[in-house]
Formats: sequence, C-alpha cells, structure tokens
Amino acid sequence: MALQDVSQDVGQPKVALFNDPKIRGWVYQIVLLVVIIYLVVVGVQNMFANLAAQNIASGFGFIGRNAGFAISQSLLEYSQAESSYGKVYVVGLLNTVSIAFIGILLATVLGFLIGIARLSHNFIVRGVATVYVEIFRNIPLLLHIFIWYFGVLRLLPHPRNSGDLGWLGLLNNRGWFAPKPLPQELFFITAIAFVIGIIVTIFISRWSRQRQAKTGQQFPVFWTGVGLILGMPVLVFLVTGTPLEFDYPVAGGFRPSGGMTIIPEFIAMLLALSSYTAAFIAEIVRAGIMAVNKGQTEAAHALGLRHGPTLRLVIIPQAMRVIIPPLTSQYLNLTKNSSLAVAIAYPDLVSVFAGTALNQTGQAVEILGVTMLTYLALSLLTAAFMNWYNAKMALVER
Amino acid sequence: MKRRILSVIAGTAVLSLAAGAASAATLDDVKSKDSVQCGVSQGLPGFSNPDQDGNWTGLDVDFCRAVAAAIFGDPSKVKFTPLSAKERFTALQSGDVDVLSRNTTWTMSRDTALGLNFSVVNYYDGQGFMVRKDLGVNSALELSGASICTNTGTTTELNVADYFRANNMEYELVAFEKADEVVAAYDAGRCDVYTTDQSGLYAQRLKLTDPGAHIVLPEIISKEPLGPVVRQGDDQWLNIIKWTHFAMLNAEELGVTQANVDEMKSSDNPSVKRLLGTEGEFGGAIGLGNDWAYNIIKAVGNYGETFDRNVGPDTPLAISRGVNAQWNQGGLQYGPPIR
Repeated sequence: MALQDVSQDVGQPKVALFNDPKIRGWVYQIVLLVVIIYLVVVGVQNMFANLAAQNIASGFGFIGRNAGFAISQSLLEYSQAESSYGKVYVVGLLNTVSIAFIGILLATVLGFLIGIARLSHNFIVRGVATVYVEIFRNIPLLLHIFIWYFGVLRLLPHPRNSGDLGWLGLLNNRGWFAPKPLPQELFFITAIAFVIGIIVTIFISRWSRQRQAKTGQQFPVFWTGVGLILGMPVLVFLVTGTPLEFDYPVAGGFRPSGGMTIIPEFIAMLLALSSYTAAFIAEIVRAGIMAVNKGQTEAAHALGLRHGPTLRLVIIPQAMRVIIPPLTSQYLNLTKNSSLAVAIAYPDLVSVFAGTALNQTGQAVEILGVTMLTYLALSLLTAAFMNWYNAKMALVER
Repeated sequence: MKRRILSVIAGTAVLSLAAGAASAATLDDVKSKDSVQCGVSQGLPGFSNPDQDGNWTGLDVDFCRAVAAAIFGDPSKVKFTPLSAKERFTALQSGDVDVLSRNTTWTMSRDTALGLNFSVVNYYDGQGFMVRKDLGVNSALELSGASICTNTGTTTELNVADYFRANNMEYELVAFEKADEVVAAYDAGRCDVYTTDQSGLYAQRLKLTDPGAHIVLPEIISKEPLGPVVRQGDDQWLNIIKWTHFAMLNAEELGVTQANVDEMKSSDNPSVKRLLGTEGEFGGAIGLGNDWAYNIIKAVGNYGETFDRNVGPDTPLAISRGVNAQWNQGGLQYGPPIR
C-alpha cells in the first residue's frame, strides 16, 4: 500500500494491468478459490459415484425412517415404535448438550475453588488442592470414566434394597430415582414472581452502582437481591397455597416406578468429565491470579480496601483477562470429550446417532458428516459466547 | 473412541479413492499379499477369541483358516483384524479385510444396502436372554420393567424392541459399544438381563465372576443366521467363500475327517473323489487348485469337527448341534453337491 501511494504521488505512468500487484493478488486468490472449489466438488462427486458403483445406499432418505430401537435417556418424548432417525439425532444432541452444559458449570465451580485453594496460605488446603490437580490431570479421561462408572455401580445397592434418601428419593444401581415435581394450577404465579425478582434486582444493582459513582453511598444490593429473587417467590408460593406436588418413586418390581430417573451413566459421565476438567481449570485460574502483579494488591490495600473487595474489584477482573481464553478451550475439550460416553452406554450423539443409527442404516458418510458438523457448530457457539464475554471483560483503556 | 471414528473416516476416504481397486479380483489381491485378511470379533469364546498364546481360535477363525488352506494349501496364511460390531461393515467395504467372518447376522437390509454379499450360514443362531438365577425368572415374558444390557450396532437392539413391544412390556435398554463392557456392566448389576445371540450368551457367561449363578432363558426371540460376508461385485471370491463352507459340510456328510482324509483319497466313492479332487476339475472352476477341499479338511477338518472343537458339548460352551446338525440329522446345514 505504502509503495503504491508513493508511486501515485510521484505521478508515474500507470503500470500494465498485468503487473499491478493489487490486481495480481486478486487473480491469484480467485484462481486458488476456483481450484479448491473444483477439488471439493470432484471429491464429493467421486465419493457418491463410487458409493453408487458399490451399491452402497447414500442420501438423507433415512432421516424420516423409523429407528425402532430404545434409548435409555431422552429429554423429549421418544418412542421406539414411532420415532424416526431424525428424532434419534435430536435426542442424542440434547443428551450431549445437557451433559456438556452441566459438566461445564460443575467443572467451572470446582476448578475455581481448587485454583484458589492452590494459592491458599493454609498448608493443608494448598496440599490437598495440589494433590487433586496432579492426580486428576495425569490420568487419562477414559480411565476416569471407567473408574467412576464401575466404581459407582459396584457401590450402589440392587433395586431390591435401594438406598432411601428420604425426600430425595431412592438410589440404586439403576440410577437415582428422584421425586418428580408436578406444578399445580397456581404455580405459574411463583414462577412470575421469580422472574420479576431477577429483573428488579438487575435494575437495583445498576441504580446503586450509578448512585455510588455519584455520591459514594453504598446500597446492600446482595441482600436485597436475595430477598427479591428467593424470598419473594417463597412468600408468593406459600400465599398461593404451596401449589407444587411431588411424584415420589415407589420401590418394587425390577426398579422403582414413578418419579424421574437419572441414569448412572449420566452421573458417572458428569463426575468424570467435571472432576477431570476442573483440574485443568484450577491451573488456569491459579495462573490467572498469579499473573496479576503483587503491586496491585499492595496498592489496593494502601488505598484502604479490605481483602474481599481487593479480590473482587482489583485482582479477579484483571485475572479474568488471562483466564478466559484458555478456559474457552477447556470448555470445548469438555464438550468434545463427552463423546467418550459411548464407552459406558450414555446415549449421547456419538453413541446413538454415529453409533446405532449408523450401524442400522450403514450410511457412514452422511451420518459422520452430520455428526462432525454438529460438534463444529457446538464448539463455534461456545467459542463465540466466550469471545463475547472476553471482550466484555477486556481491559477498558481510558 | 476417537481412533474408531478416525478409522471409519479413513475407511470412507479410502473407499472413495480406491473404489476401482476394491472391485478388482479379490483372489488376485489375496495371492499377491500372500495372505487372507479376515475380520473377526474382538473376543467371543468359541467363535473368534485369542487363546493364552495370542493365537486366534474359534468357529469363525477356523473358517478363515479353511479359506487360506483352500487358496494356499496353508492354513497359517491368514491375518486377523479384530473389529467391533460398529466397525465391521466399513472395514469390509473399504477393503481393509477380504472376508468378514464375525458372527454377523444375515438381514435383508445388510445384504442389499451396504454393497455387501452374505454367502452362507455357518451357524444358525437366535437371540436369547440371560438373567441371574436368584431373580427367580423362568421366562422372558416375566421381564417387564427390566433393565437390559446389550451391544450397540447389532440386530439385538431391534429384536428386543420388537419383542417387548409385541408383548406389551416395558424395558430400559443400556447399549455399550464393546462386548467386554456389556459383560462388566451386567456383572456389576447394572442390568437384570443380558441379551445377545444365544451362542454369545453361553460364551460370555464364561467371563462372569460366577458363571453358575446365571441362566439362559429358554425363549429364542429371533432368527440370527450368522455367516461370512464379502463385498459385492466379485463373484469368484463369493464362490470360494461359499464352497469352502460347502466342502466342509460335504466332508462331514461323506465321513471325511481330518484324520482319515489321506486314506479317503483312495476311496471308490465318486462323491468323495470329486470332493478331494481325484476326479473332475472342480477346483479350477473357482480359480483354485484341484486339491482345494483336501487342503481345507487336512488343515481344519470337516464342519462337524470344527463345531465340536470350538463350541461343541465337550467345550466350556457346551452347545449341542441342534439346528446346526446336518440336514439328514434333523438340522439345517445342507451342503449342495459337488458335481
């Protein structure tokens, strides 16, 4: 660019089109693009021609066909009698997303706690956290999964003598049979109260921040929030006559009936994924906090800030900038690692769609293509969200 | 798991690139490689299972050795590729294996939509159920509400679905990718029932901590004709696979055994003469030497011998011949005549 500008300024005669670097660049790019498109098209055509030549079925006609096999966990209504392979895909996807989402939440909480514990001044706390990180980080995830699964299975009792957790339901090696909440007619009022509580709290916290910036006066936002978000709905709930009943599981037969079931595969998978990823997150958190110069703490203390506000207002906001990018890759790892679920029969996307459905239809190219695109989309969505959050947390330069 | 998917993708990629090569004569490929590449299970006692020394044994393994013997006169010229239920068809389609001899059920969709050909049935099986004795269950019809462990990617998932639906019963299906994990989960009490082909139940029962505490229920809920599979479009190779099995059946019917095959060569029976190649040119018709069947029987014995050696009453599996007996003994095994 700079060279070009100079040449124009000097007013030299225009170079031949052929020699213009800008046009040349464009030509090269277009040629490359055409070649790539050509290769992709030829590759795909070749693949389908060969599949046809070998009498292997192709295309997406199978999506609407009846799948005819059972799935042990489904967030949607799934019936083996009527549901199609398309439904199998959705059920598998939801199972993957639910384990990944809950796993990420759990891993983040656990990881932050352990990461902070690793910096503790207390020798025992620090030691325990270090041992945790070293053990969990250095054993392959598949072994974690097997240990949790078979370990948990062997510890749990047979359904005939289920462990009774009281109001939490029953626990045995067929899973956790939790009471199922059955909202009654007036329950929606409580739900509305909850939502209103959240919205009002957000407004109050904004208002209080502005007021503090102007006048320096503080407002007990936290306790007001607790009152609004928790207290108000509870009050409404009691006033409307506790419109929530529970369907308790009843022991008997091969396994308890009623209630809702959380299968042991889900529990084992969740524990394995979150405890494993938490070890990595702990190290990221530790690194992030240590990356904040000690002078910042000293300066905050010198300004009279106590330990809590120093951590909350000075150290963590700066540490987050270091933490978020590697944290994003841990989230992506956890999501992708959830595909190991196939080893212990958790019905995730890989197990039911890229597994059973693939085998029943034999259409490896289509099914694996769709599965790969799905994981790609999940990862890109997670990354996009984290990038947005990162931009929000980035250092605002004034 | 990642390795699995990778191999499936690699298989598909190879498939798209090497499609031309795959339809070429498999026999020529096998001869130039100097060995038959045979897809087997990852360990199913009696059918394909490595012994203490790492040598593959079993009914399906003996079939592959018989093919190698027919082609090379040497049963050791065979290499085994252990495959999961999920990988098996892709491995065959992509040319990773020449023949799939892996207790695979012959169904119409597999035979027509996958570009594969089922050749013969070397074991007639049916799906059954195994439960703990202390459950007190005597019939599969008492299993409503049970948790059922099985393998993914098999016909068993669909059969069990049909059976429970037809009988208006509830169940929970727990499907694992590998047979070993099914056994481990069933052993750990995750499921009340283990379902797979009945021969498989007898085989996997040996792996449980206390095999005596489990029974196989009498019901057979499906037809599971198991047999070797090849790629479509190579009739010569299909013929070799078919006639390897038929030669073993004919040998049993004619009383030709591994022990007496040499003296049988001088038999006056024209059927035996045609089988052992002392009369006619039947080996040449499938691109092999005239002593092809002699080599098979010399190497692995006739069908009855391989059955007795691997799964028969004197083995830990203790399976009786049942429907797998010769046609003239009340069974279904019927070798078309060599003439």
